[in-house]
Amino acid sequence: MNEPGSLRNRSLAVRLVLMAAGSFAFGFALVPLYDVFCEVTGIGTRAQLSRAGTAEGQSPVADRIVVVEFTASVPSGDWEFEPVAATMEVQPGRLYEAHYRARNLSGRATTGQAVPSISPMRAAQYFVKTECFCFTPQHFARDEEREMAVRFVVDRGLPPGIDRLTLSYAFYNVGRS
Amino acid sequence: MAHASHDDHAHGRPAGIVRWLTTTNHKDIGTMYLVFSLLMFLIGGAFAFVIRSELFQPGLQLVDPAFFNQMTTMHALVMVFGAVMPATVGLANWMIPMQIGAADMALPRMNVFSFWLLAFAFLLLLSTFLMPGGAPASGWTLYPPLVLQSGEAFPLAIFSIHLMGASSIMGAINVIVTIVNMRAPGMTLLKMPLFSWSWLITAYLLIAVMPVFAGAVTMLLTDYFFATSFFNAAGGGDPVLFQHVFWFFGHPEVYIMILPAFGIVSEIIPTFSRKPIFGYEAMVYAIASIAFLSFIVWAHHMFTVGMPLAGQLFFTLSTMLIAVPTGVKIFNWTATMWRGSVSFEPPMLFALAFLFLFTIGGFSGLMLAIVPADFQYHDTYFVVAHFHYVLVPGSVFGLMAAVYYWMPKWTGHMYDMRLAKWHFWLSAIFVNVLFFPQHFLGLAGMPRRIPDYAAQFADWNMVSSVGAFGFGLAQLLFVWLIVKCVRGGERATAGVWDWPHGLEWTVPSPAPYHTFEKAPEVH
Repeated sequence: MNEPGSLRNRSLAVRLVLMAAGSFAFGFALVPLYDVFCEVTGIGTRAQLSRAGTAEGQSPVADRIVVVEFTASVPSGDWEFEPVAATMEVQPGRLYEAHYRARNLSGRATTGQAVPSISPMRAAQYFVKTECFCFTPQHFARDEEREMAVRFVVDRGLPPGIDRLTLSYAFYNVGRS
Repeated sequence: MAHASHDDHAHGRPAGIVRWLTTTNHKDIGTMYLVFSLLMFLIGGAFAFVIRSELFQPGLQLVDPAFFNQMTTMHALVMVFGAVMPATVGLANWMIPMQIGAADMALPRMNVFSFWLLAFAFLLLLSTFLMPGGAPASGWTLYPPLVLQSGEAFPLAIFSIHLMGASSIMGAINVIVTIVNMRAPGMTLLKMPLFSWSWLITAYLLIAVMPVFAGAVTMLLTDYFFATSFFNAAGGGDPVLFQHVFWFFGHPEVYIMILPAFGIVSEIIPTFSRKPIFGYEAMVYAIASIAFLSFIVWAHHMFTVGMPLAGQLFFTLSTMLIAVPTGVKIFNWTATMWRGSVSFEPPMLFALAFLFLFTIGGFSGLMLAIVPADFQYHDTYFVVAHFHYVLVPGSVFGLMAAVYYWMPKWTGHMYDMRLAKWHFWLSAIFVNVLFFPQHFLGLAGMPRRIPDYAAQFADWNMVSSVGAFGFGLAQLLFVWLIVKCVRGGERATAGVWDWPHGLEWTVPSPAPYHTFEKAPEVH
C-alpha cells in the first residue's frame, strides 16, 4: 500500500494542480475565443459591428426598399443622445449618411463611446458601415452639442423577407477627457 | 480485529479543542466538514426564513428591498458553497478511505488546509453584512453590470469565492489521488463502491470548472478596480460573455452538487433492498456521461439573451440528452428494488423520497429546456421551483440519507428511529408544500428575486411560506437527533444494517481513529 505523502501521491497531485491551472487559463482564453467563435460562425456581430466596411463593388438595387430605423439609449453618464431622423428608406447597395445628435450634460469636458447593435440579428452582417462615430471615442467640451455621422450601405445580399432594420446605439460614458 | 491494538491514546492525540485545530485525520476532518455544513445549512436556512416571511403576504412588511436582495444572494451562496458542497466533501473524507481500504486521505495536510480555507472564506463572506452597503445583493450568479454596483462588500465576496474555489480544488485533488493511488489490493476501479465512483468523477468536474469560475470573478474584480473592460460594453467588452463563462462553470457545478447524492442513493437502495445494485457498470457510465454532457449545455440558462436558432437547438437537444443517462440511473435504482426484500429504515425513506422528488425536478428541467417555453418561464418562480426540487429533496435529502446511513458507523450509536421517521415525514411533506406551489406561481408569471408581488400571487405564496416554516422547524429535529446520537444510544454493531456490503461495514462501530493501516484483501 501507498503511504500518505509518498512520491507517487505528490506527482499525481502536482499534475492535478497543473490541470487546475490549465482550467484557470482556459477561463481567460474564453474571452478571445468568444469573439473568434462568434466571428467564425457569424453568430455574434459585436466585433464586426464596430469595424469599418467598404461600399466597393456595390450598386443600388432599384426595385427594393428597406426601412432603417434609428434608436438610441444612454446606459451611463449625463448625455442627451438621439437620432436626428427616426427612420430612413434606403435602396440596398447605395451609400447613405445618417446623423445622431449628442449633448454633454455633465457640466464638464468628457468622452463618450457609442456601441452599435443591429436587429434582426441575421441582418447584421449585411449592414456595412464605411464610417461611423462609433469607431472612435467622442470627446465633448463642457456643454458641447454636436451631430455625428454614420455612413452605411445595406448589402445587396440582404436576405429577402427582411424589409426593416433597426440600428441602435448605446452611448456610454468612458471618463473625462 | 487488527485495529483493536491501535488504542486512540497510543498516538498521544491531543484532547479537546487542540485536537480539532491540529488534526490531519480524515475522520476528524470529515466530521469538521459535516458540522460546518450543518451550521451553514442553518444559517442559509435562516436567510430563507427571512425571504419566505417577507413573501408571506404581498407588500413590504419586514425588510427593505435592498436587504431582501442580500438575503436571496447570500442564501444561495451559503447553501451552495457552504452547505451542500462541504457536506459532500465531509462524506468523501469520512467514507472514501473506508470504502476503498485506505488508511487516510492521500494528502492529509492539504486536506486540513482546504477545510480551514473554507472556514475563513465564509467568515469573510458573512462579514460583508457589516460592511457599508451590506452583503452582495446581485444574486449568486453575480451578473455584470449589476454586480459592479455592489458596495464595499464586493472585493470581500470575490476573495471569499477565490478561497472557496481553492478549497474545493484541493479537496478534489485529494479525492483523486486517494482513489487512484491508495485503493486496497484487489480493489479494482470497477469493484469500487458507487459513492467513491461518483466522487471521483465529481472531483474531475471540480478541477475543470472551479478555476474557470475563479477566472470569471477575477475578471469582475479587474473590471471593478482596474478599469479593464471584460464585461463593459463601453470599453469593447460584453456582459453576455460573463453569462457564458459563469454558466460554463455553473452547469457542471449543479452536477457537482448532485452526483455525490447519486452515489449515496446507489449505496442505500441496495442495502435496504437486500440486493446488489442493478447494472453497476451502467451506473458508472451514466455518471460519466452526465459529467461529460454537463460541459456542453450551459447556454440553456440564458436562452433569452438572444441566440441564433442553431444555438438554441443545440443547447435544447444536448440538455434533453442528459435525461438519457439520468433515466438509466432512475430505472436501475427502481430495478434494484424490484423483487428485493425492501425495508423502510430512515436512510431508505430519504433515498426513496429522493428518487420521486428529484425526478419531478428533472421533469421540470426538461420543460425548461424547451426554448419557446423557457422564454415564458425564464426568471420566474417556475425556475425557482425546478432547482429547489433538484437541490433540496435531491441533493439535501441525499445528504440526509447519508447521515442516517453512516451515522451509527461514525458515532457507534444507533439514533432515535422514531425521531428520524418524524423528521423524514415532516421534511418530505413540508418540502412539497414549500416548493410545489412555486410551480404554479411561476407559470402564472411571478418573477423571482422580488420582495413584493401582485395580489393574485398571494394565496400560493402564503402556502409556500407555511411549507417553508414547517420544513425549517423540522430540521431542528435533525439537529437534536444528531446531538442525541453523538451523546449516546443503543450500541451499533459493525454491520449496523441487515445486509451491509462494502469495507466500511467490516470495521467496528464507532470506526476506530485509524482504520485499514494494514490494507485489507479484496476479492
